[in-house]
Amino acid sequence: MKEVYFYATCLVDLFFPDAGMAGIELLEAAGVRVIFPQGQTCCGQPAFNCGYWEEAREVARTQVALFPKDIPVILPSGSCAGMMKNHYPELFHGQADEAQVRAFSSRVFELTQFLVNELDVKLTDLGEPVKVTWHSSCHAVRDLGLVGEPKQLIAQLANVELAPLTREHECCGFGGTFSVRQPEISGAMSCDKAADAEATGASVVLSTDGGCLLNVNGTLEAKKSPLRVQHIAEFLWERTRAR
Amino acid sequence: MSDARTAILGRLRASGQTGPLPDLDTAVLERKQWPATERAALLRKGMEAVHTEFLEATPADWPAVVRACCDREGFKNLLFGPTSEAGSALAAAWAPGGTHLMPYDRPVEAFKDELFTGVDAGFTGTVGGIAETGGLLLMPGPAEPRLMSLVPPIHIALLRSSTIQDTFWSAVKHLGWGRALPPNALLISGPSKTADIEQTLAYGVHGPKRLIVVLVDDLY
Amino acid sequence: MHADTEIKFRDSAAKALLDPQLRANFRRAMDGLIFKRKAQFPNPRDLEDLRDLSTAIRSRSLLNLPALLEQFETQATKNGIQVHWAETCDQANELILGILRSKGAKTLVKGKSMVSEEMHLNAFLEEHGIEALESDLGEYIIQLDGETPSHIIMPAIHKNKNQIARQFSQKIKDAKYTEDVDELTAMARKVLRQKFLDADAGLSGVNFAVAETGTLCLVENEGNGRMSTHVPPIHIAVMGLEKVVATLEDVAPLYAILTRSATGQAVSTYFNLITAPRGAGEKDGPQEMHLVILDNGRSRIYADPQLQATLRCIRCGACMNHCPVYTRVGGHAYEAVYPGPIGKILTPQTEGVGVRHDLIHGSSLCGACGEVCPVKIPIPEILVRLRREATHEDVGSQVNGKGTGRTATEDWAWRLWALANKRPALYRVITWFATRFGNALPAGAPLIKDWTRTRTKPVPARRSLSERVRAKGVPHV
Ligand code: SF4
Repeated sequence: MKEVYFYATCLVDLFFPDAGMAGIELLEAAGVRVIFPQGQTCCGQPAFNCGYWEEAREVARTQVALFPKDIPVILPSGSCAGMMKNHYPELFHGQADEAQVRAFSSRVFELTQFLVNELDVKLTDLGEPVKVTWHSSCHAVRDLGLVGEPKQLIAQLANVELAPLTREHECCGFGGTFSVRQPEISGAMSCDKAADAEATGASVVLSTDGGCLLNVNGTLEAKKSPLRVQHIAEFLWERTRAR
Repeated sequence: MSDARTAILGRLRASGQTGPLPDLDTAVLERKQWPATERAALLRKGMEAVHTEFLEATPADWPAVVRACCDREGFKNLLFGPTSEAGSALAAAWAPGGTHLMPYDRPVEAFKDELFTGVDAGFTGTVGGIAETGGLLLMPGPAEPRLMSLVPPIHIALLRSSTIQDTFWSAVKHLGWGRALPPNALLISGPSKTADIEQTLAYGVHGPKRLIVVLVDDLY
Repeated sequence: MHADTEIKFRDSAAKALLDPQLRANFRRAMDGLIFKRKAQFPNPRDLEDLRDLSTAIRSRSLLNLPALLEQFETQATKNGIQVHWAETCDQANELILGILRSKGAKTLVKGKSMVSEEMHLNAFLEEHGIEALESDLGEYIIQLDGETPSHIIMPAIHKNKNQIARQFSQKIKDAKYTEDVDELTAMARKVLRQKFLDADAGLSGVNFAVAETGTLCLVENEGNGRMSTHVPPIHIAVMGLEKVVATLEDVAPLYAILTRSATGQAVSTYFNLITAPRGAGEKDGPQEMHLVILDNGRSRIYADPQLQATLRCIRCGACMNHCPVYTRVGGHAYEAVYPGPIGKILTPQTEGVGVRHDLIHGSSLCGACGEVCPVKIPIPEILVRLRREATHEDVGSQVNGKGTGRTATEDWAWRLWALANKRPALYRVITWFATRFGNALPAGAPLIKDWTRTRTKPVPARRSLSERVRAKGVPHV
């Protein structure tokens, strides 16, 4: 039986456990044994992006140590997967444990990419007809080239119609510490994203990343909009699990 | 300021930024090729999209085509280079009366005001064209001074279809411009234009308001 | 010219965000440019190959920079161009003033040049009694209002037609009020033609300098660049020292990607290759040509292998056109000569990472800039590097003002963050408290206060995922 590790990421752990559970269920439903190492915290991206690399490295090192087996590490986040896959090698450049970290990085996968490209999952839609829209996370697209996979999964759902955003690839304004260092600009971007989503007529916005979820949902809620962003894993699991 | 020179070059050298030079893969440029017979149409499409006008001509009748154009437009004069190949051929065929052929045969200082205010159109040859994007290649110089294609409100350019190259890159190679360039060489793809006011295109902001290409089909 | 105190991008951006007209002007313009660029690259493979080639050409040029500069200088000098070098903007300004004074020149007509903006040349010359007139239509428009460019390619992009119509009717002699773009353009043409005719000297920037032939390449649509460089008796060009490339063949792909990336044009109206002043037998063109090569911090940037990529820039402006921050706040909010993503990495390097700490953090690191940059400058990575440089003093780094953006508060915050995240037990306690009492955090608490300006407060889930998988019995080894 195929085995994988699951890395929740701090945002999913604390704010979106349902998305994390759904990710695990989707993997298990595809016949994979999922291991969830306790003690996992944060990938280190916030400190890394702010230039505090020593601190980021200390944290990253403790994370890498939790995933010793040579099996894939699956993340329900494009941004954190991008950090672990592409930026860890940079962060550990010239460090004694660089080789070990690089080996770890090569095992990192974002959830939907793993479901499509490695497991080739086939989904059966059991839900009511619904119109959704897709918000692509910047890091998922630009760090991981995650463009087609989530849409391929959505396309497998017979009753789901996908209405594109006008500016699908534009940042929602989260940007980690950006959202509090530049709250005005960040807020303007989030409001535009929320308006774009509302204009699609979709009843749910799907995304891969906790940061975008937190940000756009907070904005939609503040606008008193009935629309919400849902993590794609949660959506897929809700529509395909047998009831 | 040779001090500055020494200091700057010294700093650049001291930083020791050398290393293996990346390879240049020019396949993307080489892919852009068209049969000679298709290049003129492609060039025309590109240039017409930016408001260039075209007149068709043969190797024999192009001076008459230029003349007819001048008569039609009612130009009182046409600035030309009397010693250039195109200019001298035009002059040889020019019947008296109508549009006056005005030679650019003295330093600009001698008639700057007239050049700016009293010339209706300028006529130049070209040394080639660019099929991919549309564009004319000019080599201004003693025979056809630089301002002929810039200052008069209308520029008439003679282009022979056999001189059209695939791309600017292939033209540079073909014309040997990499090794030696004249004091001024020029690519022109249309009349002068701007989009500086609210992204709205306007033609003739500083240079010619119209560009008329006399396209000579000399491929057969 | 710049203040030593930290300039607050956040404040000026916040102000810009309150101007609906400005936001609409930028959004419309940027949307148009994004669309037009995209249309120029129908084939993704061609785009990527051309980006790779352009990146390689710029990298090669930089690796050979000192030798290419010398080769260029030798060749240009042979062609009759007088080459000058300036370490600083002050030196460059003095050089130009010296040239103009030695000829008794009183008026200078300018083609578009961002380096001259960097030097604040116009103000300097005016102080010394020389009129410096911008002739690019966009530059002319902003000069009339005493403004600076809000975009490196389209300097007046922040203004709309009505604003320009009003301005022309007030500031141009005998001008009537009209919103017709052709008429407005004709008005400017009339004024500027006379200026070209009368100017004692012309000034231009340089898009590419060719080492092999000593040629200056100028890209433009209007013809004012040709006017400025060919009509007045003296032509002075200014360029950053990074502009040189080996051969004209190298220029061809850079030119191809420049116009497509910048304005979505396959080709510009004019591509002007100037190799020499008026030659034997020539009847026009400047009698005298000068080129000022400016350093202004570039050689320092050059010394760093990662930051050197900054110098690959061909100033196409695509990074700003695609930037979600720039699109919303416009160019002036940056209070820097070069706005947008390229400005965010260039300005802190020339002015100091501490002084322009605000710019380094004015990015969500979304990566749109790096994605479109024709020479693949990793702008987000460089931003992160500069954030690091601003707060740390690495041995060997030459970054201007390194370590000067450090604050005790931020240091402590990250130390605590690391402490919490590398001790699972501690992390577990924190998340336990957050899930149980996170909702009780006051909305006015720091960070939360800023977050909740436009959003509701984030509420932790009632049980963390770690707790739930434990309860469910998901294996942990
Ligand atoms: S950084 Fe890249 S995208 Fe931005 S102006 Fe320079 S070349 Fe263009």
